[in-house]
Amino acid sequence: MYDELRAHGFTVMTVAIDRTAEDARPWIEAARPTHPSLIDTGHVLADLYNLVNVPTILWIDERGRIVRPNDVAFGTDTFKHITGLEAAKHLAALRAWVRGEATALPEARIRALQSLPTDEDQRARAEFGLGEWLYTNGRTEAAARHFERAGELAPHDFTIRRGTMPMRGVDPMGPKFREMLGAWVQAGNPYYRPLAE
Amino acid sequence: MAEPKFTIVDRGRVVELGEREGVELAKRAESAGRPVAVDLDERAAYLGVTARERAAALASLEAPDFTLPDLEGRPHSLVQHRGRKVLLVAYASW
Repeated sequence: MYDELRAHGFTVMTVAIDRTAEDARPWIEAARPTHPSLIDTGHVLADLYNLVNVPTILWIDERGRIVRPNDVAFGTDTFKHITGLEAAKHLAALRAWVRGEATALPEARIRALQSLPTDEDQRARAEFGLGEWLYTNGRTEAAARHFERAGELAPHDFTIRRGTMPMRGVDPMGPKFREMLGAWVQAGNPYYRPLAE
Repeated sequence: MAEPKFTIVDRGRVVELGEREGVELAKRAESAGRPVAVDLDERAAYLGVTARERAAALASLEAPDFTLPDLEGRPHSLVQHRGRKVLLVAYASW
């Protein structure tokens, strides 16, 4: 479908927020993309766009304006039984937007839907950044301390809490993740926060 | 004995200073309101960007530009795609 939409002046950019290019490589090679597939080991995009989990999507128009802010959308229904999110809904909306068949959201609505970073979020990102530099320089134990501190400062930021698990020797799909998720959800918090309709 | 080195990571740029200078720089950045992470034992600090700056940029609805590498290490920027609609997808192996 993306190929069909390219004729309408559309590009997909995917960014893997992973600890190394090698972690992301299997996904990129499997997709054999004809679009830019980028790697963001330093969580640059997470900092710029206040990304607190994956997958997160944004729509940016021809003038470089955000027309749909951070939303959760999957390309397929593989995870629908877990997330409750249907891929078809986003794909249909995306197609209508690209083909010029849908009116844009008013700017006030886009702003109302945005989730903007707080001071704690940015302190958490600084702790993450220090941890990432330490990790890259072989100081794994020191890195882990800063990753943990980052997670304490921003407990809703799973780009940090789950994203740093590989660097802390923890399986991000395993029991420690499930425990973290369980505690989060039991406290009444959503793991994914898709846009309100 | 030479003064130990202190590493400052500032907006992604890595700089090595003398220890006293580095600690002082980190303290000043923090007093100026920047988010700062310090590790005195490891002699390193990370100077981040304020929430105010990030929030203002996002609230302007101008999509912040960025440059990131692909698997071959080639840099790509968002601004290169000006004139086209872009679906930006962030994902991960975790």
